[in-house]
Amino acid sequence: MQTELPATGHPLADTVARFVWLLPALPLLGFVLNGILSVRAAATIGPADPSAHDAHGAHGAHADGAHGDHGHGHGHDDGHDAHHPARHPSAALVSIIGPGVLFLTFALALLIFGAMRGAGDAMHVPFVQTLFAWMPTGNLSVDVAFQLDQLSMVMVLIITGVGFLIHLFSVGYMQDDPGYPRYFAYLNLFVFFMLLLVLGASYPLMFVGWEGVGLCSYLLIGFWFSDKANADAGKKAFVVNRIGDFGFLVAMFLMFANFEALSFAGVGAAAAELSVGSVVATAICLFLFLGAVGKSAQIPLFVWLPDAMAGPTPVSALIHAATMVTAGVYLVARSATLFAMAPAAQLTVAVIGALTAVFAATIGLKQWDIKKVLAYSTVSQLGYMFVGVGVGAYTAGVFHLMTHAFFKALLFLGSGSVIYAMHQAYHATHKHEDAQDMRNMGGLKAFMPITAGLMWIATLAIAGIPPFAGFFSKDEILTSVFARTHGSTLADASWLGIPGGVVLYGVYALGLAAALMTAIYMTRMMLYTFHGPNRTGEKERGHLKEAPWIMTGPLLVLGVLSLAGGWFNLPAITGGAIGPSEVLHHWLEPVVGTGTLIVTHGEATHLSHATEYALIGTAILIAVAGIALAAFRLKPAELKPAKDAPAEQGIEKTLLNKWYVDEAYDKAVVRPTVGLSRLVLWKGVDTGLIDGLLVNGSALLMRAFGWLGSQWQTGRVGTYAWALVFGAFLVLSAFTLR
Amino acid sequence: MTQFLDGIGYNGWILPTLLALPLLGALLLFAQGVTQKHTGEAAMRAARTLALWIFLAEAVLSLGLWWSVDVSSLDWQAYVDAAWIPQWGARFTVGVDGVALMLVLLTTILMPLAVLGSWTSIREKVHSYYALLLILTTGMLGVFMALDLVLFYVMWEVMLVPMYLIIGIWGGQRRLYASLKFFLYTMVGSLLMLVAILWLGIAAGQGGTPVFSYDAILAMTRGGVPGQFWLFLAFALAFAVKVPMWPFHTWLPDAHVEAPTAGSVILAAIMLKMGTFGFIRFAVPLFPAVAMHPTVRTVMLVLAVIGIVYGALVALVQPDFKKLVAYSSVSHLGFVMLGIFAMTVESVQGALMVTISHGISTGALFLLIGMIYERRHTRMIEDFGGIAKVMPVFALILTVVAFSSIGVPGTNGFVGEFLVLVGSFPTQPYYALIAATSVIFAAAYLLWAVQRIIYNPLVKPENQALKGMDLNWREIGLLTPLVIGILWLGVYPKPVLHKTEAVAERMVRQAEQARLSSRSLTVGER
Repeated sequence: MQTELPATGHPLADTVARFVWLLPALPLLGFVLNGILSVRAAATIGPADPSAHDAHGAHGAHADGAHGDHGHGHGHDDGHDAHHPARHPSAALVSIIGPGVLFLTFALALLIFGAMRGAGDAMHVPFVQTLFAWMPTGNLSVDVAFQLDQLSMVMVLIITGVGFLIHLFSVGYMQDDPGYPRYFAYLNLFVFFMLLLVLGASYPLMFVGWEGVGLCSYLLIGFWFSDKANADAGKKAFVVNRIGDFGFLVAMFLMFANFEALSFAGVGAAAAELSVGSVVATAICLFLFLGAVGKSAQIPLFVWLPDAMAGPTPVSALIHAATMVTAGVYLVARSATLFAMAPAAQLTVAVIGALTAVFAATIGLKQWDIKKVLAYSTVSQLGYMFVGVGVGAYTAGVFHLMTHAFFKALLFLGSGSVIYAMHQAYHATHKHEDAQDMRNMGGLKAFMPITAGLMWIATLAIAGIPPFAGFFSKDEILTSVFARTHGSTLADASWLGIPGGVVLYGVYALGLAAALMTAIYMTRMMLYTFHGPNRTGEKERGHLKEAPWIMTGPLLVLGVLSLAGGWFNLPAITGGAIGPSEVLHHWLEPVVGTGTLIVTHGEATHLSHATEYALIGTAILIAVAGIALAAFRLKPAELKPAKDAPAEQGIEKTLLNKWYVDEAYDKAVVRPTVGLSRLVLWKGVDTGLIDGLLVNGSALLMRAFGWLGSQWQTGRVGTYAWALVFGAFLVLSAFTLR
Repeated sequence: MTQFLDGIGYNGWILPTLLALPLLGALLLFAQGVTQKHTGEAAMRAARTLALWIFLAEAVLSLGLWWSVDVSSLDWQAYVDAAWIPQWGARFTVGVDGVALMLVLLTTILMPLAVLGSWTSIREKVHSYYALLLILTTGMLGVFMALDLVLFYVMWEVMLVPMYLIIGIWGGQRRLYASLKFFLYTMVGSLLMLVAILWLGIAAGQGGTPVFSYDAILAMTRGGVPGQFWLFLAFALAFAVKVPMWPFHTWLPDAHVEAPTAGSVILAAIMLKMGTFGFIRFAVPLFPAVAMHPTVRTVMLVLAVIGIVYGALVALVQPDFKKLVAYSSVSHLGFVMLGIFAMTVESVQGALMVTISHGISTGALFLLIGMIYERRHTRMIEDFGGIAKVMPVFALILTVVAFSSIGVPGTNGFVGEFLVLVGSFPTQPYYALIAATSVIFAAAYLLWAVQRIIYNPLVKPENQALKGMDLNWREIGLLTPLVIGILWLGVYPKPVLHKTEAVAERMVRQAEQARLSSRSLTVGER
């Protein structure tokens, strides 16, 4: 089954690529070092030390208030403010280790990337490095092996590059937090698992990373765990993800049962033998997609992601926007050949993606919490990516994954800067208002011009205005959907009885609708945050200022990428006029090319130039319309601060409450499960039926119970114990020694 | 290493030594208890130190088995055979295979940790307590080593009584009820097994002196014996109670909750494994045609899967952390039974892996509960909250152990469950599918409990008072080997899988042969 060359024979084997194992190992080292510093700190200056405790408590309250979604509900004692926030004793060391290992990893990734480019055509075969056998038994052989190919390389560069920037930002954002080393330990561990996820050469190893990032997400969402809401959010994220993981597991069982293989090479080879429309492939793909739905927060499992914003904002940027949540998209792209054999599953992916894109966008229209807007925006954009990979336009999906990583990380970090500034202002005047509510912001561009400018770049990018990055990737997805409506396996297939072509027109329409709403809610967010009159408060206004450079610097880099990221994959229609076109497309071809070709009946799709220009024109028109609509209809000047704002009514209230999905799940799933377990299974079957009727009911037990009770009273049990010691000893030894 | 062990004739004396040393230790403790002049603290210190040394000696001695046992050979290893009760035909025959080897090592390594875990909590009748732990150890090791069915039965009962007394004397509020329930439940099962053993021994003796040798009886029953259905049932019931399989599990939550920490650890980590070991060593190989009969197999699989889901759901709503872990054991052991009766090499290997890793993870959980109980004198989940703020090391280790119990990859818990499920799926897809849903429930019940214990606001004064009472070096030291085991078996389980591979392969091969050849048998011949 293994079709790849042995690692030694591969042209990359003698290059720097042989250090591919160092990519995950470096962040793991960072985790260990920061972890030791964190535990050591907890043991020495920890809460055990009464003198250290006062300061500690002050930091804790400060941190909760500063960054926690619900921090202000606490009313922490302002008396503590007399203690100036003192840095964690190991802060300097941690600030070097944490971002440092990421920088080294990114540098190594660049070197390996260079080696791969140097290898040229030889890279049509992935470079697989096997470290050791993991679970060898029976017919099962799962190795701990890393696979280096064009797809994993793109992911590694995004993860380590954007990851490094976010680590740098965190140095500023988290500087006064008492859990500083713990934060970086978790963040490093996350990068380790994320790299394992994209570098693993088999589904089980990918699953290790898959669940590992979920674990880190759990730990980081609940980073300020003393607040119940944060701890709840972390738990919810993990449990909801596990529903998806169930699907991933079952997909692996199906692979093993049908192919006796779990490595990408083995499964890929077996998948290529199947025919289009294969039941096995469809089943595996649907279960894999269930996994993706969990991890990438799609309908119906998206509910955890908005709550995940309870974590520190850089975490939201790295894990819940740029990297982890895109793992589902990566999973589908990685299984390109398998999905190509299952058009019904592909259509499911596209439909769910499109529905999610629209549904989440509607909720984003009405949120007041700046991070919640971005959270629903992320859910919506992930839907876009699934539309892309769903219709077999893997490059388009991965391209959007990449540009989204740039502009969404920028948006989240920018919002982090805003929240940081808002909090500093409220902190300075001892006022307890919500630092994340846009109704308390307004006019911030006067105080934070750099952040405002950069976030506008990201907004134009996500809205799809040329030449910003998001325009190219979003346009490529929509164009691909349109192209697939004719002359593809998808158009030939049917989905729930509906012809595939019709389904795809629907998906296209939903995509446009989502694009319109994206432009609206993003413009709304920018207007309410940065424009109009300031609503923070008279005294507070004087304290609003730009964040320090360690935070603004990474924003600048992301700003450049959001502006120019489209050049990674200019559409063919530009004809090389403004730069080389389809760079990413050609780069990814060895990995996803086969899958795409199967979908398009073996030929590259070419829409007529007229059609393509019309599609581009429509997309631009929609984006401009959305921005214009928001700009003319919304009146930031009439907005009132959160505490004076009137309650929402009607559809607005429904949107603000996220269509009451959480409440519905609670009523339909959570409560019945707990109720059934407690009343029927535990009290009913266990205590009532088995114990009450069968066990305790037996007269024997009752009588024995009475007898033994009487013996126990006399205190003779100790004697029995010794009788037993000797009895056992005699029985065993007497015969033996004879 | 192997050469050195050969040189000292290790395989010739190690098993009897491992059985005799704890008994000797029990005698020493008795002598110490009678002759000592000290009382109170000093007596306690003397007793626990002596016990710890004996358990450590036992552990060190047993480690040689890792190298001296040739797991690729299908012959018994470290085999010793001596006359014992010639009139009854019972012999003192001991030996191990790869599976027994792992369980013996699990026992000898966990026992010193269990002693360290009850280091300060046992303050009454300390000599008796440690003596009983030692006798219990002989019983448990004997069960894993015995190759004579009478010896096996004796060891089975020897193990039962000390545990009954440990729960009954050093247990909690409802210890009386719990210990009796434990005793009667297991007795009912094992008496039927005794009848079956006697029947088999007499049949194997062919009218002369009965023969209880495992090998002889195996040779007799493999092709099928009259009444084998009932014989299987007798064995299966004894083991099913021990596992415990649903619906024979209700003794377990009570016994766990009432037992002192070491008792809970031993119960969960080792004694439950007697049941699954019994299926692997006796019930299935002796009566493969019955075990593989479609009806019998379906019943076992259904009970296993009910146990998995039911245990997880009931664990979800337990207010007592110890009881929660007890029900989670019902769920985990269901995986073992699923793996055994799915009967593929991967699933049986997975079952053995769960057997070992449940011992480590659940053992660690009970130790952690014991540690927090000693500080707070409560196990009710609602009484805690925010403990991570005051006991960060405790919180860290609890998190690691909880995630291993949830079965997150990279920990031991994942390897076992994954192998069971991936191995069961090709032959029993629907059961595997239902069982796999427990990955969701396991996360729900453990994370909910973990949250309510170590996270959330630190508001209760009793919990705030835990400041400065984080785990001490003894506690960290005794948990460290378990944490290492969790990560080692999660990342590199190959050495352990290698140890048990040959046994698993043989069992599956023979069961498969029996299944194919028994197609011609009619139901009446059971």
